[in-house]
Amino acid sequence: MKGESVRIKIYRFYRDGFQEMTWGKTLWLIILIKLFILFVILRIFFFPTHLGQFDSQAAKEDYVSGELINRAITP
Amino acid sequence: MIETIDTSLIDWSRAQFALTAMYHWLFVPLTLGLGVIQAIMETIYYKTGNESWKRTAQFWMKLFGINFAIGVATGLILEFEFGTNWSNYSWFVGDIFGAPLAIEGILAFFMEATFIAVMFFGWEKVSKRFHLVATWLTIVGATLSAYWILVANAWMQYPVGMAFNPDTVRNEMFDFWAVALSPVAINKFLHSVFSGWVLGALFVLGVSSWYLLKKRNTTFALSSIKIGAVFGLFASLLILWSGDKSAYQVAQRQPMKLAAMEGLYEGETGAGLVAVALLNPQKQQYDDAVDPFLFKIQIPKLLSFLAEREIDAYVPGIKNIIEGGYPSPAGTQVLSAQEKIEKGQKAITALANYRKAVKEKEEEKMLQSRVILEENFAYFGYGYIKDPAELVPPVGLTFYSFHIMVILGMYFILLFLIALLWGKREKFKEARWLQYICLGTIPLGYIAGQAGWIVAEVGRQPWAIQDILPTSASISKLDTSSVQTTFFIFLFLFTVLLIAEIRIMLKAIKEGPHMTSNPSH
Repeated sequence: MKGESVRIKIYRFYRDGFQEMTWGKTLWLIILIKLFILFVILRIFFFPTHLGQFDSQAAKEDYVSGELINRAITP
Repeated sequence: MIETIDTSLIDWSRAQFALTAMYHWLFVPLTLGLGVIQAIMETIYYKTGNESWKRTAQFWMKLFGINFAIGVATGLILEFEFGTNWSNYSWFVGDIFGAPLAIEGILAFFMEATFIAVMFFGWEKVSKRFHLVATWLTIVGATLSAYWILVANAWMQYPVGMAFNPDTVRNEMFDFWAVALSPVAINKFLHSVFSGWVLGALFVLGVSSWYLLKKRNTTFALSSIKIGAVFGLFASLLILWSGDKSAYQVAQRQPMKLAAMEGLYEGETGAGLVAVALLNPQKQQYDDAVDPFLFKIQIPKLLSFLAEREIDAYVPGIKNIIEGGYPSPAGTQVLSAQEKIEKGQKAITALANYRKAVKEKEEEKMLQSRVILEENFAYFGYGYIKDPAELVPPVGLTFYSFHIMVILGMYFILLFLIALLWGKREKFKEARWLQYICLGTIPLGYIAGQAGWIVAEVGRQPWAIQDILPTSASISKLDTSSVQTTFFIFLFLFTVLLIAEIRIMLKAIKEGPHMTSNPSH
């Protein structure tokens, strides 16, 4: 163990920590399932960026300005 | 102009955001509060070398970990919603929202992710001192994360440090420190964090009381109660102080919200603060002659003092704010809602003319339009308001939420005081009535926190950004059905996660602290 680099020490620290987990394993499973649902299912299929349909900055500016202007109440 | 947006789309978009934010806020305050309490316990262990404090800190750390794991990333859903449901808003706020959220992301990732691992894995692997530092830095990291989120929220309540650029249709930040250190942001941060501390203390008191009721882990429970009661009393006094500061900021920046919080329709000098009251459901319009209360008990002059720091100061009511014409604290005459609407319409028309002039390359028109836009931009959002009555937030919800929060806050002070006195005399162990009360108060801590956010967010309707952009102009043009679908997906997902959290948490509590051997984590 003598002369181990800091990187290896950090690696061993995390590896041992994860291996010794009991409660933590269930919690990590929940976190991973949750992240999968959030980023793979919800983000891709249900939450596309609305302005992502426009290619350029100028097109986004035009769209939002149009929205803001057209929704106003005129006298 | 006038493009009609379905009101049900606005309502569903708001409902979805509210659901997500309220769910997220179930986890954040306990993380903030329990985190500090476990760190205090570990500090006592570090100072005294008493192993029982180590085991006590480790037990609360386990519950902290469960809460953290279930709650982590639930706030990210809000960012998804910004991009999909609130695209006009997201574009319009530009880098003002992006900068604090980016800092929050970096802090959350590096600080929490690094030190939380040392906190959980490092008990037997790093020195006592290093472990203690890691524990405190985890909590500081979590608290600073909350700060940047609250800076972003505070900017919506009190937009400062920015200028609107009609070329990009975005607000651009010119003064980062005005945004980061605005008085609204500072007070919102303090009040929210202290509410988390109070919840953490209530949680410790309640769970410890359960052990006493079950007649097990008595020494552990009494030690935890002592820390919980002292910390809870300290936090609940701080919350009283920060609440007063927050109310003052609301009075200065969002007088309509203050009027709704108090059900104040007609302005008064030397206005009293409503202590307990029942609103009159017959009151339908801000300007009808119906008395807004069926009954009320007031504390004389207190509202004037809270709002203006003078017992005989004038506090405008909802009707006065709509009709204008009263002097502001700065000495100027307050504009009527109608005058503000006209200015808002001028600002939006100027934006349209400016963009047209840019396309047609007519420099003089560009200059003229830009001047008109800048002169009237402070009222930009009023250009979307059809009827001044739209400027009145839901009074019933705001009023009752505010009073529930305040009454519960007072109750918590009393409870912590009693727990402290009983704990000091070792009487807590015998006082089963007090143990039942402490256990039953845990949900009230959550209710108080949620009520506070309802006051902050419902009370500022119709605005997404105060005076600048209403929710009706902020939302994306989507099918209402798609927002409904994701609303119910979230409702299902959140319910499942909440059940998982409660089950795991209860299992861990039933298993109890390991006072003699190494704990599992």
